[in-house]
Amino acid sequence: MAALLVSKITEKSRSGIRAAETYTEELTMSKSDQALDDANVAYDKRRKLKQRIIFALFRGAAAVNGFALLVIIYFMVANGWRAISWEFLTQPPMESMTKGGILPCIVGTLCLSLGAIIAAMPIGIASAIYLNEYARPGKMVRLIRLGINNLAGVPSVVFGLFGLAFFVVILKMGVSIAAGALTLGAMSLPVIIGTTEEALKSVPDTYREASLGLGATKWQTIWRVVLPSALPGILTGAILGISRAAGETAPIMFTGAVFFTPRLPTSIFNEVMALPYHIYVLATAGTEIEKTRHLQYGTALVLIALVLGMNLVAILWRTRLRKRLK
Amino acid sequence: MANRRQTTEKAMRAMFFVITTASIAILFLIMFFLFKEGLPIFKTVSVKDFIFGKYWYPTSDPADFGIFPLIVASVAVTVVSGAISVPLGVMTAIYLSEIAKPKVGEIVKPVVELLAALPSVVIGFFGMVLVAPFLQQVFGIPTGLNLFNASLMLAFMSIPTICSISEDAIHSVPNALREASAALGATQLQTIVRVVVPASLSGISTAVILGLSRAVGETMVVLMVAGGAAMLPGSLFDPVRPMPASIAAEMAEAPVGGEHYYALFATGIVLFVFTLLFNIVADFIAHRYAQVGDATL
Amino acid sequence: MTATAGNLVIKGSTTVLPISQLAVEAYMKAHPDVNISLSGGGSSNGIKAIIDGSTDIANASRFIKDKEVALANEKGVYPVPFAVAYDSIIPVVHPSNNLTAMTLAQLKDVYMGKITNFKELGGPDLKIVTCSRDTSSGTYETWEKKVMKKERVTPRAQMMASNGAIVQAVSNNKHAIGYIGIGYLNDSIKPLKVDGVEGTKESTLNGTFPISRPLFMFTNGWPKGDTLNFVNYMLHPEKGQKHVGKSGYVPLY
Repeated sequence: MAALLVSKITEKSRSGIRAAETYTEELTMSKSDQALDDANVAYDKRRKLKQRIIFALFRGAAAVNGFALLVIIYFMVANGWRAISWEFLTQPPMESMTKGGILPCIVGTLCLSLGAIIAAMPIGIASAIYLNEYARPGKMVRLIRLGINNLAGVPSVVFGLFGLAFFVVILKMGVSIAAGALTLGAMSLPVIIGTTEEALKSVPDTYREASLGLGATKWQTIWRVVLPSALPGILTGAILGISRAAGETAPIMFTGAVFFTPRLPTSIFNEVMALPYHIYVLATAGTEIEKTRHLQYGTALVLIALVLGMNLVAILWRTRLRKRLK
Repeated sequence: MANRRQTTEKAMRAMFFVITTASIAILFLIMFFLFKEGLPIFKTVSVKDFIFGKYWYPTSDPADFGIFPLIVASVAVTVVSGAISVPLGVMTAIYLSEIAKPKVGEIVKPVVELLAALPSVVIGFFGMVLVAPFLQQVFGIPTGLNLFNASLMLAFMSIPTICSISEDAIHSVPNALREASAALGATQLQTIVRVVVPASLSGISTAVILGLSRAVGETMVVLMVAGGAAMLPGSLFDPVRPMPASIAAEMAEAPVGGEHYYALFATGIVLFVFTLLFNIVADFIAHRYAQVGDATL
Repeated sequence: MTATAGNLVIKGSTTVLPISQLAVEAYMKAHPDVNISLSGGGSSNGIKAIIDGSTDIANASRFIKDKEVALANEKGVYPVPFAVAYDSIIPVVHPSNNLTAMTLAQLKDVYMGKITNFKELGGPDLKIVTCSRDTSSGTYETWEKKVMKKERVTPRAQMMASNGAIVQAVSNNKHAIGYIGIGYLNDSIKPLKVDGVEGTKESTLNGTFPISRPLFMFTNGWPKGDTLNFVNYMLHPEKGQKHVGKSGYVPLY
């Protein structure tokens, strides 16, 4: 029985070897050998060329973004830098906003965006802590995340409507820093939750395990271990949040910003001027749109410098953090 | 002692949970106020006449509250901007994660992020004072403030969204798939087209939908650049008045509690529903077709 | 927000903005203890704000409507009008356009979309781009009343947020026609005669220019304190009225 099996196997392997031999013979005898090789090389060349062309397209697509950014910044700088001076940054607008500076707008924008972040940070960080540290996956978490994603997708002008109906009219805050900042805060909440969660996720689990292993409660672990290590990441998120809030126009149009109020605000129930709204106003509703062009560019340049500056700091800081964690 | 610790622990947990529901609460408040201030308009106009009405004369006497031209304008700018932003955004994402050397990627990525950070009013301003006169001269058209210009500006606002979410999706395609494809003799391009893109298609679709949703809701750009004529566009170079532009331009001048005010909130409802649908579809795709390792192919 | 001592709020018509802005600046220089905030928002919103008490002075480029008076009385508010200046709304075209005059009827046809090329008016062979103001502005209302006469502005018209925006659009566009307050006229645009009358200070004051109107400031009851001071300043021929002239509108005297 066994012998029969062995002989069968050898038979099979022999036939296999024979087949292989014939195949090699056929190959070595083949006259089209060279042609086949040539065809292969040609095919390879063709697809390499195709790849090179298409990759160039991809590279071009990426370059378009950089080009767009450069063009926009170039024109703002080229047309705006002349307007920037110490007076421009420290004076209120004068003579129907055709002269003077933008100090009230700078102060107003800072008030609005800082206010927004002060309102949104505690809620955002707490939400991120719950989602990342406490929550177990399930329907509830899914629902909350859906809520956050949808909040992030709400158009900015709809936030403006909401702020107008709720903060300005119902809560009787009037058009004020408070109403504008709360509206912006509601809008930046998803950003803060997102960046804080990312920061919490980057804290290695071993930290948590070590702390829990030493007998600390979950809250103690979060407060003493997780939050301190995630702090730089959370602050980066805060900077991004402020810069986002500082650049927004539509949410503050009906809630916080006014056309002209040259004095600086003294209470959170004052109306303010704001950089983005000032650009919009000067560019579309000013008395002498052409004559104030340099002021518009100047204001845009200040806003860009403020927003991109903060972003750049946040991005660089984050890259460094990510590298360190690796 | 241990008992007290447990109670604190439970209290903390409960507190965090309550705070976390704030996002949902805000979302509901937004909906509540939109409906509270928007629904009264339907005492004057039927829903059908509001949505399909062709004339928007909110302050005439008698007034006409038909937002069909505004809806069409919003859809038009979104579609045209998508035609520009989707290929550019997805290609940039592929370039960043598959082709670019890490050093190049480190420069391009922040550039895309900075593009996302540019305030919309600056992009609107740019479109208004520089692009509009340019288009007018080059194409010899009556006005540079039109559908095409607005779409172009919107495209650059949605590219970063599309790019960064697509890139995440592409990045999460397991390397084993790429290696397998390479081992079978495929070129890098073939690997990208036949393996990587299909594997990350759900993520890319999510990215596209979210990018388009951003374009629908963007306000300042369409307010400053779209031209503001409430009519059905006949060509790419016709001025249009998308929904957000109408709300932003008129809300400041519509007396609180008047018909015009209600009509603008009702327009807000339509806009909100648009973006909500986009977001729910995106969420559905992201979860239903989630990329789970190699199992997706 | 609302009236507190030394704190004035002025809201309303964007047409009245340039005048009030100059006056506010000068007034605040003379009275450093008073803080005035000024915003646009349109005549309707200004009057609405005076009714709900969120402003001290409402700027309006039209008179108050019966409906608004009734609403004000309901809330115990008694709006008092002060005419502070006159304004004429002047149709304008690009300087290269050879048109010099139009009739009211022609203007109406252009804005209804019946006339679509300047050729039909004796001008160059160019498609007309009609620029109009946002429907809630006082300027639009006056235009609707005095020129359109119950007809509607074509939906093809581009709606602009302000007089300044129309100046800008028309000065950069050979195809454009627009209408602006007399205060916004400058060299970059060309004014048109209406029914043969040139829009000037004289033709406004003597009532011959067909598209003109008085501009108002409304207060709640007879003004007191800072509000009264400011209104008096505004009406003073050597002070406020000078600013009216300076900003290009037509002073009362």
